[in-house]
Amino acid sequence: MRQFRNIVASRRLIWEPSMLETSPTPNAIALRAELLRIQDLQAWYGDSYILHGLSIDVKEGEVVTLLGRNGAGKTTLLKSIMGIVSKRRGSIQFRGAQIISLSSDRIARLGIAICPEERGIFASLNVRENLLLPPKLGRGGGLSLAKIFELFPNLHERLDSGGGKLSGGEQQMLAIARILRTGAKFLMLDEPTEGLAPVIVEQIKRTINALKLEGFTILLVEQNFRFAAQVSDRFYVIENGGVIDGFVQAELSANMNKLHQYLGV
Amino acid sequence: MIFGLGISSQQLSGQLLVGLINGSFYALLSLGLAVIFGMLNIVNFAHGALYMLGAFCAYFLLHILGVNYWGALIVAPLIVGALGALIERTMLHRLAGLDPLYGLLLTFGLALVIQGICQNYVGASGWPYAVPKELAGAQNLGFMLLPNYRAWVIVFSALTCFSTWFLIEKTKLGAYLRAATENPTMVRAFGINVPRMITLTYAFGAALAGLAGVLAAPINQVRPGMGADIISVVFAVVVIGGMGSILGSILTGFALGVIEGLTKVFYPEASNTVVFVIMAAVLLIRPAGLFGRVA
Repeated sequence: MRQFRNIVASRRLIWEPSMLETSPTPNAIALRAELLRIQDLQAWYGDSYILHGLSIDVKEGEVVTLLGRNGAGKTTLLKSIMGIVSKRRGSIQFRGAQIISLSSDRIARLGIAICPEERGIFASLNVRENLLLPPKLGRGGGLSLAKIFELFPNLHERLDSGGGKLSGGEQQMLAIARILRTGAKFLMLDEPTEGLAPVIVEQIKRTINALKLEGFTILLVEQNFRFAAQVSDRFYVIENGGVIDGFVQAELSANMNKLHQYLGV
Repeated sequence: MIFGLGISSQQLSGQLLVGLINGSFYALLSLGLAVIFGMLNIVNFAHGALYMLGAFCAYFLLHILGVNYWGALIVAPLIVGALGALIERTMLHRLAGLDPLYGLLLTFGLALVIQGICQNYVGASGWPYAVPKELAGAQNLGFMLLPNYRAWVIVFSALTCFSTWFLIEKTKLGAYLRAATENPTMVRAFGINVPRMITLTYAFGAALAGLAGVLAAPINQVRPGMGADIISVVFAVVVIGGMGSILGSILTGFALGVIEGLTKVFYPEASNTVVFVIMAAVLLIRPAGLFGRVA
């Protein structure tokens, strides 16, 4: 019962009432358990006030994409969830537990992982060391190395190369690959297709779809709207550190005009 | 007679040995400094004091608790390491994110305090520490007499340096260290308790200094000033090798010991300054040090 109320409440949060009437959420998503629930999140970078009371939620198994202009606060939101932004207020609940005051290593051990925009590959470690660096969480559920190499065959060939010697595409694959084997089932990917060749973007798309089948939940930040449209179940539009709109995949075409306005494309 | 300079091969090999011994200490100490600098970005001026404390631990262990040299070789580094952990947790920890100058000032002050306390209780003159009986005596190599204890110091510190290098460059634990040196935020976001790792790293660097102190106890007297005497040369070694470079600090440590020894043979007047002359030259040609990466 409580679960049900949560879902109802969260739907109220995301959808404007008018949107709810015209386009009901597909049942498959509405009935899923809530994994992440953020309410009134405020975050600061030094003295700059970035997130102004933002609220979103993500359900188990969803791919949710944050859209918005540069500087809207999307990356800060991911970093706040990961506990990397030190000054943050409000509520971040993961599987029902409050995590806003936890340090990032403890948040990671709950099964949350981030692939940052700058990829964060360690240049002083080789590919194998980079890949094996994040410790397993102990509850299992991560992908096996065999499965990872199936998704990213290039990595297998470059295991002994230095992390600093990889191409942009290889770095991105490694950055995604290394958070897949730990057992973290909630992944945050910050602009994974930025600056990559179309063939690699295609490979990352296949990967995200494969991860969905494996039961991963993904929160994506993406400027490449075409890419996001193909992999996401749901979208939030972020502006000035808050959510200004949200809709599901099925409503995408109906909302294109609005989106063009929001994103200024 | 070699090179027609009136230098006997005995004199040469004797000074080479002294050079290797000094080099062993330079290497062990600069290695610890490199490990600490890499991870904490702190120039640990307390290193000499920790080295001296290692020697005093060995002395007190023997004369109060009856723990012999071999026991001290294990226990003294543990004590100094624990003190290091305490220093990091209670003091250095608070300087994280500030200008490295603050860490330098704090550890410099700590060095003076530790040394001052020891001097207060012990006085400036030293106490002798006997060579362990298993390592007494010497081997006659034909061209020179090699004291067993000195051979042991060279072999043991080379082994310790190699093990540390292996630990950092070739193991999983070392991969964590290297990764955290590069990007601590990312490593922490993978679920690793980086602050604890930083404490343990400082403790490990301190323990290496303590170990060097135990090794030094039977060679020199155990004196409050022993750390201050050696530390300026060690810092020169670190600068020459390149701040934070593990292999660089080991190789430079041994090499400069030998160069210093050889200088004593060929031009004794320069033996105290040769390391600093080399440092100045290296800084002019390669400001990041011989093994350092240019930032």
